Amino acid sequence: MAATQEEIVEGLAEIVNEIAGIPVEDVQLDKSFTDDLDVDSLSMVEVVVAAEERFDVKIPDEDVKNLKTVGDATGYILKHQA
Amino acid sequence: MSKIKPSKGAPYARILGVGGYRPIRVVPNEVILETIDSSDEWIRSRSGIETRHWAGPDETVAAMSIEASGKAIADAGIDAEQIGAVVVSTVSHFSQTPAVATEIADKLGTNKAAAFDISAGCAGFGYGLTLAKGMVVEGSAEYVLVIGVERLSDLTDLEDRATAFLFGDGAGAVVVGPSQEPAIGPTVWGSEGDKSETIKQTIPWDRFHFGDRAELPLDSQGNVKFPAITQEGQAVFRWAVFEMAKVAQQALDAAGISADDLDVFIPHQANVRIIDSMVKTLKLPEHVTVARDIRTTGNTSAASIPLAMERLLATGEAKSGDTALVIGFGAGLVYAATVVTLP
Repeated sequence: MAATQEEIVEGLAEIVNEIAGIPVEDVQLDKSFTDDLDVDSLSMVEVVVAAEERFDVKIPDEDVKNLKTVGDATGYILKHQA
Repeated sequence: MSKIKPSKGAPYARILGVGGYRPIRVVPNEVILETIDSSDEWIRSRSGIETRHWAGPDETVAAMSIEASGKAIADAGIDAEQIGAVVVSTVSHFSQTPAVATEIADKLGTNKAAAFDISAGCAGFGYGLTLAKGMVVEGSAEYVLVIGVERLSDLTDLEDRATAFLFGDGAGAVVVGPSQEPAIGPTVWGSEGDKSETIKQTIPWDRFHFGDRAELPLDSQGNVKFPAITQEGQAVFRWAVFEMAKVAQQALDAAGISADDLDVFIPHQANVRIIDSMVKTLKLPEHVTVARDIRTTGNTSAASIPLAMERLLATGEAKSGDTALVIGFGAGLVYAATVVTLP
């Protein structure tokens, strides 16, 4: 069953916590991965791959650069999840 | 029909000796920061690189190879005359013809050894090792010298903040020879030409010399930029970490080795972040020694695995007889992974 927006944000928070050590409560829709959450371009790739597995979605390299905020990523996953 | 006598090789092959050469000039990040807007902290956090070696005018591809090979031959305990073939992997020898391998074979004092260059980017060591193993087992050479050598500083755009800090120069060599037991596992290798654009030379040589200046990239002085290696960082990172971890696992499986049996992991020294993520993805146990030579060597493409191997053995972090997983991956895209017994 497709994940809800709330479930996706929760999942992304756990992933970002695991990869970059950011507290889960800091991961909010309006937060920028690079500017607010200290997720650099390489960690972002790890976040994307973990999100692909968790939400059964494909996020090609050319789309990764458009995912600036947690909201961008959540929206992308909502739209593309299987 | 006439009967052709078959060739006779050794039952198995092994790496008998390893040697390396690192150029004298050590280049810290401060020097890189003279031409890009970045910081020491940024370079270290994105790549793990603190210093790299850049070759001087006399440290040519051939000269560095000869130094590294001399050490590998001595380490193997053989004479140069016994070498039957010399395989050189490089992308930074600027004379295409003849192959630099012939000059190296001659200057080392081999007895007219077969000699040729290969182009397999950062997988070049694994490709060469696989050829060498085949020659030893098939019988066309008793001892084969495999050299990975690069002067990547010549192909670095010092004004590109994504790659200026990345590359280094050096040579690493191994001698492959006969063995009574298996000591080089099956190679898992391949190419993905559909991703050839992700790591490449900015412009080909013919366009650099004869192309329309208006269409060529210019440097801050207004000169046509010399060709350099460029890459799509995120795409390469994803491929290297997640796809190459699968290849590394296949090489372990093919050799009948579990991660627990492994003593040493020597991945191509592309970026410490790739190395750390691969270790995590492969779930390598704590006891496995991981090569992180990149910190003081930078990315030396085909030279990186033998250079890292030599250093681990020299420092005592690894020892002769250890079981090591080696994997190279890079421009092509190409890759090669295998399990070896360290010399």
